[in-house]
Amino acid sequence: MKEQEIRGLVADVKDGALSRRSFMQKMMAVGISAPLASQILVWNDVAMAQPADDYKPTKAGGAGALKILLWQAPTLLNPHFASGTKDQIASRIFYEPLAGWDEDGNLIPQLAAEIPSKENGGLAADGKSVTWKLKKDVKWHDGKPLTADDAVFTWEYAADPATAAYTTGSYKDIKVEKVDDHTIKVIFKEPTPFWADAFVGVAGMIIPKHHFGEYKGAKSREAPANLKPVGTGPYKFADFKPGDILTGTRNENYHVKNKPAFDTVEAKGGGDAVSAARAVLQTGEYDYAWNLQVEDEVLKRMEAGGRGRVLTAPAGDIEFIILNTTDPWTEVDGERSSVKTKHPTLTDPAVRQAINLLIDRESIQKFIYGRGGTATASFTNEPKRFKSEKLKYEFNVDKANKILDDAGWKKGSDGIREKDGKKLKYVYQTSINAPRQKTQAIIKQACQRAGIDLELKSVTASVFFSSDVANPDTYTKLYCDIEMYTTTQTQPDTGLFLNQCVSWEICNKENKWLGRNVSRYSDPEADKAYNAAKTELDPAKRAALLIKVNEIFCEANILLPILSRPRVVAAANNLKPQTSGWDCDTWNLASWYRT
Amino acid sequence: MATYLLRRLLIAIPSLLGISVILFTILALAPGDPFSEMATNPNVPPEVREAIRASFGLNDPIFVRYLRWLSNMAHGDWGFSFASRINVDQLILQRVPTTLFVVGSSQILALCIALPVGIYAATRPYSVFDQIANTLAFVGFSLPTFFTGLLFILLFSVTLDWFPFVYRSDVAATGWRWYWEMFRQAIMPIMVLGLFQAASYTRYVRSAVLDVIRLDYVTTARAKGLSERKVTLRHITRNALIPVVTLVALQMPAVFGGAIVTEQIFRIPGIGSLLIDAILANDTPVIMAVTFVFSCLVVMFNLIADLLYGWLDPRISFG
Repeated sequence: MKEQEIRGLVADVKDGALSRRSFMQKMMAVGISAPLASQILVWNDVAMAQPADDYKPTKAGGAGALKILLWQAPTLLNPHFASGTKDQIASRIFYEPLAGWDEDGNLIPQLAAEIPSKENGGLAADGKSVTWKLKKDVKWHDGKPLTADDAVFTWEYAADPATAAYTTGSYKDIKVEKVDDHTIKVIFKEPTPFWADAFVGVAGMIIPKHHFGEYKGAKSREAPANLKPVGTGPYKFADFKPGDILTGTRNENYHVKNKPAFDTVEAKGGGDAVSAARAVLQTGEYDYAWNLQVEDEVLKRMEAGGRGRVLTAPAGDIEFIILNTTDPWTEVDGERSSVKTKHPTLTDPAVRQAINLLIDRESIQKFIYGRGGTATASFTNEPKRFKSEKLKYEFNVDKANKILDDAGWKKGSDGIREKDGKKLKYVYQTSINAPRQKTQAIIKQACQRAGIDLELKSVTASVFFSSDVANPDTYTKLYCDIEMYTTTQTQPDTGLFLNQCVSWEICNKENKWLGRNVSRYSDPEADKAYNAAKTELDPAKRAALLIKVNEIFCEANILLPILSRPRVVAAANNLKPQTSGWDCDTWNLASWYRT
Repeated sequence: MATYLLRRLLIAIPSLLGISVILFTILALAPGDPFSEMATNPNVPPEVREAIRASFGLNDPIFVRYLRWLSNMAHGDWGFSFASRINVDQLILQRVPTTLFVVGSSQILALCIALPVGIYAATRPYSVFDQIANTLAFVGFSLPTFFTGLLFILLFSVTLDWFPFVYRSDVAATGWRWYWEMFRQAIMPIMVLGLFQAASYTRYVRSAVLDVIRLDYVTTARAKGLSERKVTLRHITRNALIPVVTLVALQMPAVFGGAIVTEQIFRIPGIGSLLIDAILANDTPVIMAVTFVFSCLVVMFNLIADLLYGWLDPRISFG
């Protein structure tokens, strides 16, 4: 999708010819995340949607206990140490950022009085600074007022490398200044189109200076508040047993009127996803369970119990296949799959194109993932403005056969195609996970019909996703011809996500295979577009550039996307939660209520 | 006796050191990385990942890490968990009460079933009662706890809706209600563990009693005209229980260790589930501490069992 087309769509939204939602969907289709799509509209003076708050209760409290089941148990409550979603969800009960992302990728103010924009002077024209106004009259749970000092301190705390904060990436390259008691200015080194990173969403939770002030840097581990949080959130801390249970009580002085609805909140951890779904859908012991990576069929059977329902929220996670164009079976300078080598057969674009035609995405969605996945041909899908319209998927064995015939790959006596003595035989690896093994089987079958032989390999997830330098089976080593996994888009911005497609991020021995580009494929055009997007302030132009990066990799059939995976949760029938694929599940816990 | 105890304790030190070296090396060589979650997270730059690894001392050679661990341990510092960044001893202590309650009750339940059933079955070998008890014991220890656990959940939670299947360490209730709620949530895991344990104990008790029941002194006791009840309880059971007591003593470390699978199914926050979570998160300090505590307990209870032998059977001396 070209810049002009995006502009055309924006004009349509302005005229009312195109709804906001369908604009988002069109953008998602070209791989542009929803938050970025809504920023395009803001930039072009279409106000960010102020989603009608459908919060019904007319008074705070009174709804009893809210029971959340996290099958991976939270282990710590400092949002800047939160290593996984489970910890982010737990800390978000007590802490809040300046703003959070809703389901459609709109930025919703939480501790900020308003969202910075060009009109209110929050966004500098040169893109080098953002001014946030903090809400007044917000009190910490211990009664002290929230001021700009706390926000500035949060930056100092997270940016300090000695603190070893997991959120440090969002803070280390910025400067934060206090303008007055309730205003801060975030200064970037370079024009930054995606400014809503620091102080926003999962990385943005503000921590109180008067509790953490003494524990910045190397002493960060000793802070008592790491386990006894004092935040501004809707619930106050009551008790926490790491890896087990977390309880909170209603914050009577919460800064939003009539919220929150529940008197107590409890987050219990442990167990597995299937039994978590059962506790909500079948026995009704719990109100909400998260991250249900369970086969849809199983969930449907449980839903028949009638106590709860399954909800999905669009997110940027993508299940995809990498075709390795380097040679995984030859060692050069102590590493296999080195960019100095060439794969004997997968470097032929015709072979890659044929394999892409042999993935029956619709069946994979229909029979394996159900509501847990949407077939796609684009690497970036959500927010919609980043999804490529150009990319289409197709399942066509005859066409694949024809392409291979035309390219000179002839079937041998064993039914496997070969050319110049090189056979189309591949090792296809992924992590151990029932749906993945079923997907492998479906693709293997189709490939057989086209004369391609796949050897299936599956690796334990804890090994596959580790960054163990000594282990040959990690996903970044890519010691195989074909690999499949899900890459998560933790940030609402597609920019960071697409660093998987740039040449300087290629995994190799030198960077201990910690690079982000696992496929090892690079294209100077993609590098150029990615770099241009980094500082391009006009979101429409930027989206066009990022779409281009996405299309280069998908059209070359290096990355073969299979499914875009939404967040799947279960909620009791009488619970009205607020989910979002762009933020953590408890991002707006204050607005949850019982019907 | 005192010298024997001292000698045994001194022998225990090198064996514990050896165990710790082996555990530490295996953990250091095992695949996996406590920060793997970060590796897939594009927001954490590689430099930061490296800095965190360095600050946790993960880049030092294994023997340096081991010596550091050993000297800290000698000072009573067990290290801290990478996942929750709190001290390991604190984490373990939090789990001890629940573990002792659930696994301890199940052991008591197991003994309460196994002793009477085993003894009664042995006094009437090959009777109908003995046959039934034997069959049930066979079934009991052939069914793994993860299977019976799921079966119980399906029957009592999903179908009948009697008991909850998620165990909560702090029940939100007071007074009698608290006891009632505690009972309701603990009954299923205790039954699952207790019945499994009872099945194997029953067979053990039965064979131990059978060994004793035909000895001459029992016949003598009967010839003296003692009642059958007295013979069974005073003369037979007491002697038959010597091997059973050692068996139970050696089971004690397992009581502390919890029941890993059952804890996972019922979400019981015991030491077993702490260990599993730590293994899944590659949280090496916690794995190291928990496994080391287990080894200490095994060494200690072995010693206690040896001492018990001497106390129960005066023929064994500690020369």
